[in-house]
Amino acid sequence: MKMMSGAAMVVEALKDVGVTHVFGYPGGAVLDIYDALFAQDHVKHVLVRHEQAAAHMADGYARSTGKTGTVLVTSGPGATNTLTGIATAYMDSIPMVVLSGQVPSMHIGEDAFQETDMVGCSRPVVKHSFLVKRTEDIPMAIAKAYYIANSGRPGPVVVDLPKDLVNVLEEHPYVFPDDVSMRSYNPTEKGHSRQIKKAVAAIVKAQRPVMYVGGGAINADAAEQVTQLAELLNAPVTCTLMGLGAFSGVHEQSLGMLGMHGTLEANKAMHNSDCIIALGARFDDRVTNNVDKFCPHANIIHVDIDPASISKTVNAHIPVVGSVNKVCEQFLAELDKHDLSDQTNKLADWWEQIQQWRARQCLKYQDASDVIKPQKVVEAVYKHTNGEAFVSSDVGQHQMFAALYYPFAKPRQWINSGGLGTMGFGLPAAMGVQFAHPEATSVVITGDGSIQMNIQELSTCLQYNLPIKIISLNNRALGMVRQWQDMIYKGRHSHSYMDSMPDFVALAEAYGHVGIKVDQLSDLDDAMAECFALKDRLVFMDIAVDQNEHVYPMQIKWGAMDDMRLSKTERT
Amino acid sequence: MKRIISVLMENAPGALSRIVGVFSQRGYNVDSLCVAPTDDPSLSRLTIITHGDDKVIEQITKQVNKLIDVLKVVDLTEGSHVERELMLIKVATRTELARAEVKRNVDIFRARIVDVHASNYTIEITGTSDKLDAFATTLAQNTDIIESSRTGVCGLARGEKALRP
Repeated sequence: MKMMSGAAMVVEALKDVGVTHVFGYPGGAVLDIYDALFAQDHVKHVLVRHEQAAAHMADGYARSTGKTGTVLVTSGPGATNTLTGIATAYMDSIPMVVLSGQVPSMHIGEDAFQETDMVGCSRPVVKHSFLVKRTEDIPMAIAKAYYIANSGRPGPVVVDLPKDLVNVLEEHPYVFPDDVSMRSYNPTEKGHSRQIKKAVAAIVKAQRPVMYVGGGAINADAAEQVTQLAELLNAPVTCTLMGLGAFSGVHEQSLGMLGMHGTLEANKAMHNSDCIIALGARFDDRVTNNVDKFCPHANIIHVDIDPASISKTVNAHIPVVGSVNKVCEQFLAELDKHDLSDQTNKLADWWEQIQQWRARQCLKYQDASDVIKPQKVVEAVYKHTNGEAFVSSDVGQHQMFAALYYPFAKPRQWINSGGLGTMGFGLPAAMGVQFAHPEATSVVITGDGSIQMNIQELSTCLQYNLPIKIISLNNRALGMVRQWQDMIYKGRHSHSYMDSMPDFVALAEAYGHVGIKVDQLSDLDDAMAECFALKDRLVFMDIAVDQNEHVYPMQIKWGAMDDMRLSKTERT
Repeated sequence: MKRIISVLMENAPGALSRIVGVFSQRGYNVDSLCVAPTDDPSLSRLTIITHGDDKVIEQITKQVNKLIDVLKVVDLTEGSHVERELMLIKVATRTELARAEVKRNVDIFRARIVDVHASNYTIEITGTSDKLDAFATTLAQNTDIIESSRTGVCGLARGEKALRP
């Protein structure tokens, strides 16, 4: 039996669960753990500049790999700074473990220096949390944390470690558990056979089916099964913001994204469908619009690993609890018993109708020669990366432009804060992606507002030589806020613009990177080429885009899914 | 409609706060809450009285069930069940008339006087919440209520049904 200090146990347990990277920032309560990190080279520590960014990096790492991201921070402010990052991961069901230092056990509750009740603070935004009480419990707590974080519906788990437990001077036996099973936690992976039969019976009867695919399909690594199912059924497929890439955006059966800024064809198909096959999607308000008018003709099959997601907002007619990959395999096996030879014929009318909606070309925008349209920039990024980059985004107009104009062919390629909508997410997330995929192209599509929320991480990028490509759509305003103000508040731009924008090129250079400013459309293509040719440098592209551009299509509030504005002057 | 939700959970630190947290963060109502370890001390059983439509109750049971520390959740009101609440109530008994009237009510309601003081009686009563309400109302008509404390409802399903791990 190995004897070691609590601090060494933390590092040893991380190694034993297979952690490669820890994103963190040291401080008083975790100095012992940092000392243990110093003594080894199995677990690579990444020193961030702000703890929020550490959580987003771990998040980007997790989203791009499917592995659990790890964060290590000190007590008090170190811990509370991660909360936005934890909440971001929670809303999007991303596996993450946050190890937070805590004041020594005997001082808990005394309002000691840098004390906060981290388990309490984080409670509403974690899947689970542990306050470790004995040094010997450290390996089990860490093993369970990783198991919980990355099984069932994934999510963040906090492990709070009082300083006296990790004292480097006291040694205890280290036993890594063989088994972490819990009587109170047994996620259901396979769908109930009766529900599978019911669902398949509805699917084969459907004349106007739509597959509605969400982030759960990506979490379950179900892209292959989803594609098989779609092709077998010849069904149209739409992905949520979180599901983009779970079904290829360039597949001929793809209708693109649905929801508030979804395509006309996706929202129309949903509204007119007689059978919606929801796979790992949660009928979020940004998808459904007014639930009372939601898809009135559809038989709704809802597949989700989390029973609480089913019938939460929209009633499911056929609920199936299980992971998307397992349930799709069960669907495929059950469909084998049915004759689907007539499927193409049967859906011919449906596809003809969809082609008519597609012909409206809802993503066409008014091009201009004197200003750079933000859509054009995203298209240029697509072209210069062959559609193969990892694209992280921040939150706002640029996020929607990226989602709509960069069709993702593969899962885990698109990294964005969908549920919480966290500005400042993009850059650190792209860094996490780059750590996990050193050879890949990691792009951030951001805006002048969002990028300033975690811009300090440019310093971390220099320290670790991360050749990230930052594409900043600079419209000198908080674009999405401004858009709503234009549409709803009669153009009163209350605090949605910034009077003193920094010189982003000089800023990037000050951090030791390359900055490129583009304000002429004619320069865009060459500048992009230059940016992506600089393989080993971080490039900050400050691109002046049209300030007055709006994101369309856009659902009309309180309407049905397909009540949409298609431009500033047209609506459905 | 009033519902009795019974929860079997790990008797672990923080488990109760997670359950209470689900109610507050998702805007569910708690009318009463009663919790204690079970015959197996590693488990706690918690009974929550709540109200809401079917959709809300379904969400409550699902969201509570989702908590890692929770083993089982059951809505006792779905079937026949036994429910009890205990109340301790202290009433003024300064006059002979008050003492007699209180004693008579205690007998009628099958309550028990558990403490006697020169100027007051402390009474214990168990039953459904309705019975406790009725008792308190009756006492208030005859004398002054000094203070009272109620445990909240606990309940078990009738027959062979049981909430076990």
